[in-house]
Amino acid sequence: MSKLVAILLAALASQAYAADDAVIAKGKQVYEYWCVACHGPELPGTMALEAKYKGSKPALLAERTDLLPPITKTFVRKGVSVMPFFRKTEISDADLDAIAAYLARNTSAK
Amino acid sequence: MKLPPGVTSKDFADALKQLEGAVGKSWVFSSDEDVALYRDAYSPFWGEPEERVASAAVAPDGVEQVQKVVKIANTYKIPIYPISTGKNLGYGGSAPNLSGSLVLDLKRMNRILDVNPRNHSALVEPGVSYFDLYRYIQEKGYKLWIDVPDPGWGSPIGNSLDHGGGYLQPMYRNHFDSHCGMEVVLPNGELLRTGMGALPDAQTWQQYKFGFGPWIDGMFSQSNLGVVTKMGFWLMPEPDAYLTGTVTVPKYGDLIPLVDILTFLENSGVSNAMPGLGSPLLGGFMMPPPAPEVTALLQKTGGDISSPDLQKYAQDKSVPYWSCTVKFYGPVKGIQAHWEYAKEKFSAIPGAKFQDGEFYKLPLTPEQFKQVHKPEFGIPSLETFSIGARSAINPNPSAGHIWFSPIIPRTGEAVLEANKVFSKAAKDFGLPVLSFSLPSTYWMRAFIFIFGFPITHDVATNKKNRESFKKLIQIAAEHGWGEYRTAPAFQDAVMETYSFNNHALRRFHETIKDAVDPNGIISAGRYGIWPKHLRGTKA
Repeated sequence: MSKLVAILLAALASQAYAADDAVIAKGKQVYEYWCVACHGPELPGTMALEAKYKGSKPALLAERTDLLPPITKTFVRKGVSVMPFFRKTEISDADLDAIAAYLARNTSAK
Repeated sequence: MKLPPGVTSKDFADALKQLEGAVGKSWVFSSDEDVALYRDAYSPFWGEPEERVASAAVAPDGVEQVQKVVKIANTYKIPIYPISTGKNLGYGGSAPNLSGSLVLDLKRMNRILDVNPRNHSALVEPGVSYFDLYRYIQEKGYKLWIDVPDPGWGSPIGNSLDHGGGYLQPMYRNHFDSHCGMEVVLPNGELLRTGMGALPDAQTWQQYKFGFGPWIDGMFSQSNLGVVTKMGFWLMPEPDAYLTGTVTVPKYGDLIPLVDILTFLENSGVSNAMPGLGSPLLGGFMMPPPAPEVTALLQKTGGDISSPDLQKYAQDKSVPYWSCTVKFYGPVKGIQAHWEYAKEKFSAIPGAKFQDGEFYKLPLTPEQFKQVHKPEFGIPSLETFSIGARSAINPNPSAGHIWFSPIIPRTGEAVLEANKVFSKAAKDFGLPVLSFSLPSTYWMRAFIFIFGFPITHDVATNKKNRESFKKLIQIAAEHGWGEYRTAPAFQDAVMETYSFNNHALRRFHETIKDAVDPNGIISAGRYGIWPKHLRGTKA
């Protein structure tokens, strides 16, 4: 039973971030507009993740291979530490879907 | 859903319907999930009943829609709270002063209406960020710099209306001073243009501030008399080069002539970029930490930076007490000559020594771009958040910060006195502030201290910090030092200190508020100015 649930979850997860190239390209564009000022190389968001993960995960979000879309969406809408949440007039739901798809492009179902 | 005070749920529902008709259904936010995005992420009341929260939000995309929203708000007497980019973190974010207000989110009004590369000005809407304006100028290839505050995601309009500052030449560094002309939707929905904008065919709206008659632009800053929908700004032509030099002086009392000479150089236009004061002996912000012997001496004397033992240590070890880095923009030969002149002036202090600093021919190379403090080159950035974010030296970051930022006189005596006063207060209150600080030099004629208070999600800690913050406001006022800007949680307390002649200034504000906004719909309580029907109940 649990194996079946795991297979179903994996299938759902796979669907969740199996975005097409256009959405990923849009996500990259929106990510660069809104996120890179803090999450680019040697910038505060990246340094914060480096201090948090100490090399166990890439500090650059764009290099992560474990970011499922719900994780990205939660951080953008809830904030963390000194990173505030973002309103829908800043990052719309559609743009957030695209960012999440972009950051999940290297994430594979496990 | 929280209701606006005094508004029935039926009226509010009717108003929301009308707002949907005015701006489109997708731009009225009333679900709990959406309205939560308008909380102040750095609220000192986070999670407490007193936290200032919105009832809903509406996001128009143009002036006519703003006028419609204002008229609907008047009809139903719904308080509205305009925000621009909503990133005034540390000073209130996107949350209203009065809980239950409808946030008027102007982020969608993000048009850059004009950039003039020949006379160096811009005209923008409130939703334009510093990043937006910078990108636009870069794409056009204009040789123009914008004066940006440390976090570049804010709005030139919002930041200047809240009296924010930056780092370029003094005439640009004070962002409200560098504006030229505004367009305002008044509380009755009427449209007003100030300065030359009042003359319909004028081509000089961004060229001459005053127009004709009383200059009223200041009434719309740190205020609640209208919704600013356009604003002009003067921009700085990209200079040929940038140069810095540092003077160090040996003795405790040398801070007094050091500041006087710096002030002369700035007020004369010789030093025309934002200078920085430091202490090689004592360390502090952006300085190497003090020697262990200095730390021990400070501990022994309870933090007395003037103790004879410390002065003897500085003399014996030849460690300068103070430093001042002066900075220059301009033609290469000119700024080199200005630095030579500055050295001549500082040489009046016995023992003064000089060190050449940075020198860049502009524009910066890509390598230089990575290394510099970007706002000093008109480049927006978020690098300042490295101060509060998690890092190797800050493994447990706070959830934000608020700023205690009093204006003090621009003298060495005042700096030393303020340090004694704030150092004692820090000890008395157990505050997480430095026991020694030097002021910032954003403003031409005054100093400003900026102390960060961490915001946590722990109610008891926030409560303790709020109480300390209010005591500091009072202590500062007793010395004649007043806040230049503060978060909504403290605006009543600060306005209370500006009390000359039985609060003549606040009473004047209230007289104007009652005349211009009789229903009290715009930003009730902002900067301690309440509409008549709420006056006395909130302060």
